[in-house]
Amino acid sequence: MRSRAPLAIVGLLAASLAAVPAHAERLIVSVSNHRVTVTPNYSGGELVLFGSVEKDDKTPSNRNNYDLVVTVSGPRADMVTRRKERKFGIWINTDSRQFLQVPGYLALFSNRPFDEIASPEVQRRQQLGLNNVLLMQRVGPDFADVVPNDPFRSAFVRLRSEHGLYREATSAVTFLTPTLFRTGIPLPAEVPIGTYNVEIKLFSDGALVTKTETAFEIVKVGFEQFVATTARQNGLVYGLVTAFMALMTGWMASIVFRKD
Amino acid sequence: MQLYLPIADIPVNVFLILAMGAAVGFVSGMFGIGGGFLMTPLLIFVGIAPAVAVASVASHIAASSFSGAISYWRRRAIDPLLAAVLLVGGTLGTTLGVWTFTFLRSLGQLDLMIALSYVILLTTVGGLMFWEGLRAMLRSRRGGAVTLRKPGSHGWIHGLPLKLRFKRSKIYLSVIPVVVVGLVIGFIGAVMGIGGGFILVPLMIYVLRVPTSTVIGTSMVLTLVTMVFATMLHAVTNHLVDAVLALILMIGGVTGAQFGARAGQKIRGEHLRLLLGLLVLAVGIRFAVELVIRPQDLFSIRETGGAPP
Repeated sequence: MRSRAPLAIVGLLAASLAAVPAHAERLIVSVSNHRVTVTPNYSGGELVLFGSVEKDDKTPSNRNNYDLVVTVSGPRADMVTRRKERKFGIWINTDSRQFLQVPGYLALFSNRPFDEIASPEVQRRQQLGLNNVLLMQRVGPDFADVVPNDPFRSAFVRLRSEHGLYREATSAVTFLTPTLFRTGIPLPAEVPIGTYNVEIKLFSDGALVTKTETAFEIVKVGFEQFVATTARQNGLVYGLVTAFMALMTGWMASIVFRKD
Repeated sequence: MQLYLPIADIPVNVFLILAMGAAVGFVSGMFGIGGGFLMTPLLIFVGIAPAVAVASVASHIAASSFSGAISYWRRRAIDPLLAAVLLVGGTLGTTLGVWTFTFLRSLGQLDLMIALSYVILLTTVGGLMFWEGLRAMLRSRRGGAVTLRKPGSHGWIHGLPLKLRFKRSKIYLSVIPVVVVGLVIGFIGAVMGIGGGFILVPLMIYVLRVPTSTVIGTSMVLTLVTMVFATMLHAVTNHLVDAVLALILMIGGVTGAQFGARAGQKIRGEHLRLLLGLLVLAVGIRFAVELVIRPQDLFSIRETGGAPP
């Protein structure tokens, strides 16, 4: 055992060296705004992600057909999807699935359909497309993701998509020049607050070449956000103020509309 | 004008909510009721989560019943002792109600229970009111004297121990049925987001035999205190009270109520009861239909926490 340990370390080192590819390309990216402030009358907006593919002397000279996949994932939370069934003549929630730490916002953008970018195997491994993104569920005592056509998973993705919170666009990334690209990141009105991670993956000939990450933050400001925070953190004070406000309004009304 | 509701977490049109508040206020002023049983369903129908609607309407009813209670107090139409005894049951009932509310919410069955209790309560009460109003109207058409129906003597209620003399109402009554009535109203008020005035007033008249001179004022005091208490409890335990929504409703509600009260004086009593019965019945049926027809979407999502604050 003792003699094998150093060997194992060497093996690990070699493996990690091999895992870090001799980067022939580098991705330089930037989002138009790293801190988005959302005001109460915010009705949705868009961020822009710019970037370029930097080649160096190790790049094969004939390599020009790049593909890009951008994954934006918002703050994570546990969510429950419930299904209604007809029981005793009325529709009630019967079955449910818990999704664990799934992103509140998820967007996948690419320059052409995922099927044309990479093989199904690579798509699954690199989580390309809403069907391949890992959405962990609690299934009894186990944690697992299920097949994409599972009714709860597809209902979850569909409902989130209807609110614009999950989206997939395979023509959203545009190459302005063979190496310069841009994509818009639409943010709907009900976008959750928190930190958003943006992962940009560069593919060429169906294989991952390199990837990089960036992030931005969504902060809600204004009176409404203050109310929401107070309600959650100081329930008692919030309740007292609301009750007092109710009494004041009632009292004012009785003065304004006093008849006698 | 769009406004974002912080707790309900949806943008709404301010004028729509104001108009709803005014419309419900008008109806409540006309019939002398709180109007919670109309307000909560309306909010649910425009897309506000039933739980948030119930919790926010509680504070809206507190406001409207406070302005009502003040004017009844000036006219000395409130029995303080009767109100105090009702409140003993009312506070207990509200606590139980909010606790049940929290429990059902954790089971994922809250929306169903709210809808079911609306169907049962509203169709029953609405049906009874409508029937009563219809009979009274027919009787008056036949030329008979219009009198409130006198039910059986309720001897057992008056045989209960712990009797107390309620001076202003001029009744001598056991505290047990009074506390029970308060408890029932407090409970359904907290679970369903209604003041319960439309059940409380008939209960007090027919079961407790409280004279009409003090019945509405005293019932308003009970509504006021249970709803203030429910607001507090909902805010502390479930964080579901939307103060912005409540304020808009209050402003619309208290204004509408003034015009409603004037309109109500021009309508005959039995017509008023008939109309109110129809209205209550219609809301109940609307909920029943919602439960029976196939929902547009069988699936729903709810966040269960884990999100950073």
